[in-house]
Amino acid sequence: MSLSLQDVQRIAHLARIRVDEAEAAGYQAQLNGIFGLIEEMQAVDTSGVAPMSHAQDLSQRLRADSVSEPDRRAAFQAVAPQVENGLYLVPKVIE
Amino acid sequence: MTDTIKSLAALLAEGKTSSVELCRDYLARIERLNPALNAFVTVDAEKTLREAAAADARRAAGQAGVLTGVPIAHKDIFCAEGWLTTCGSKMLSNFVSPYDAHVIEQFKAAGMPCLGKTNMDEFAMGSSNETSYYGPVRNPWDTDRVPGGSSGGSAAAVAGRLAPAATGTDTGGSIRQPAALTGITGLKPTYGVVSRYGMIAFASSLDQGGPMATTAEDCALLLNVMAGFDPRDSTSLERGKEDYTRDLERPLAGLKIGLPREFFGAGLTGDTARAVEEAINQLKKLGAQTVEVGLPNSKLSVAAYYVLAPAEASSNLSRFDGVRYGYRTPEYKDLNEMYEKTRAEGFGSEVKRRIMIGAYVLSHGYYDAYYLQAQKLRRLIAQDFVEAFKQCDVILGPTAPTTAFKLGEKTADPVEMYLSDIYTIAVNLAGLPGMSLPCGFDAQGLPIGLQLIGDYFAEARMLNVAHQYQLASDWHTRAPTL
Repeated sequence: MSLSLQDVQRIAHLARIRVDEAEAAGYQAQLNGIFGLIEEMQAVDTSGVAPMSHAQDLSQRLRADSVSEPDRRAAFQAVAPQVENGLYLVPKVIE
Repeated sequence: MTDTIKSLAALLAEGKTSSVELCRDYLARIERLNPALNAFVTVDAEKTLREAAAADARRAAGQAGVLTGVPIAHKDIFCAEGWLTTCGSKMLSNFVSPYDAHVIEQFKAAGMPCLGKTNMDEFAMGSSNETSYYGPVRNPWDTDRVPGGSSGGSAAAVAGRLAPAATGTDTGGSIRQPAALTGITGLKPTYGVVSRYGMIAFASSLDQGGPMATTAEDCALLLNVMAGFDPRDSTSLERGKEDYTRDLERPLAGLKIGLPREFFGAGLTGDTARAVEEAINQLKKLGAQTVEVGLPNSKLSVAAYYVLAPAEASSNLSRFDGVRYGYRTPEYKDLNEMYEKTRAEGFGSEVKRRIMIGAYVLSHGYYDAYYLQAQKLRRLIAQDFVEAFKQCDVILGPTAPTTAFKLGEKTADPVEMYLSDIYTIAVNLAGLPGMSLPCGFDAQGLPIGLQLIGDYFAEARMLNVAHQYQLASDWHTRAPTL
């Protein structure tokens, strides 16, 4: 497998990371090197093996549907880039 | 000077020193040595001394715990209220945490003052501490060399005696590999033993916090503080409190040590092979027996890891979008441009590479071939350990294939850097506990690390082996001249 420059740009867009043309060539070489390492996996026959997503076989705990946290909105919004009247500000999305 | 936290706790208990005095000494050493080592991102003497005074007051009131007043440094991946918490990234270079991680809460409850936040590879992605936005950390044994990573700042701080202990996190070897490269003792617990709440996420199914110190006994004392059930981490295990020091004095007679043949192959350099061999002989003298075991699938662990960890990272790091916290690009036309420029400018290149790998292996048409295949290999790798532990109590081998390498030596080729963790990654994939302790020096005077791997929840047994080894050796007492 080998990633093209177009592939790199497509992945960068999926990841929401701007990559200019000069950078894309560098990433292409590095990512192809890393995928070269990863390709070792394909030689192994894993038919019948159950995928392991986690170190412990756990089921998600449930908790009572009750208020457990105090209101700390001001403290949490103090570290936000832009807020107004308790709202996070972002560029307009819906006209 | 090697002051263990155990010896410092004794001095405090006997009234021979105070927490304020101890913290002043360490802060002075940090001030003198940190410019050359760059082990700390943030030091705030006033805050540290306030916490130290509170610890002294607590002792005066007769309410001191075992470690009250003993200072500790925290990896900058742990959110600590009122402290800048950067995770080694420009993305969080302005983030003063509004809350404490569970681990930080535990150390505060124990009355242990924070000496500062330690440098690290950006978002814990790296094996040399060279990906930090705050510049590389230097190895106290040779400042032209790396301390390992990602907990490189914590390792250098403890090795250079800038702190008696520090916290670290380990996703693929990030506690054990830097511990090996700097000649200290570090432990990664069984997955789920230490809460991940407030520990900035890299790969959630692998990340685990743990202690870094000069001795196994200190690691046991620190793990007593760090470990414990926390309902705010959905993967925190509901287990009773354990005393991890309980087996320290147990004799090693009858101990069965598994030696994986795959760890003693061609990749091991002469000095490391020799030092590990000598450690095995020492343990045999203490009554241990060895048995050869096989971990045939461990050779695939690096490949599987570089699918699974980036996949989880690409999801976890999607939260850094310039909206709720951290960096936002100054100029943008619309929301998409804001995201793309914020992330392009806020992340360093290693983080971007891993996010892109993750996005790719999870994307339509590639999921089965990469992500699912890697999860199946993870099962095979974990099963190897289950089989091996039927024949032995602990597994032993080298921590890292080489001693500390030169700054810049492996930065050009990511793949070469990834192979630094060839002996540690399988342990994370299986979710087992592992540790590294010093077992000698190479011809250039650089420390060599011995890795112990325990069965699930066998931290106390692993610490027992390490402590008995340290009673019979003095590698862990050696400190660099600074």
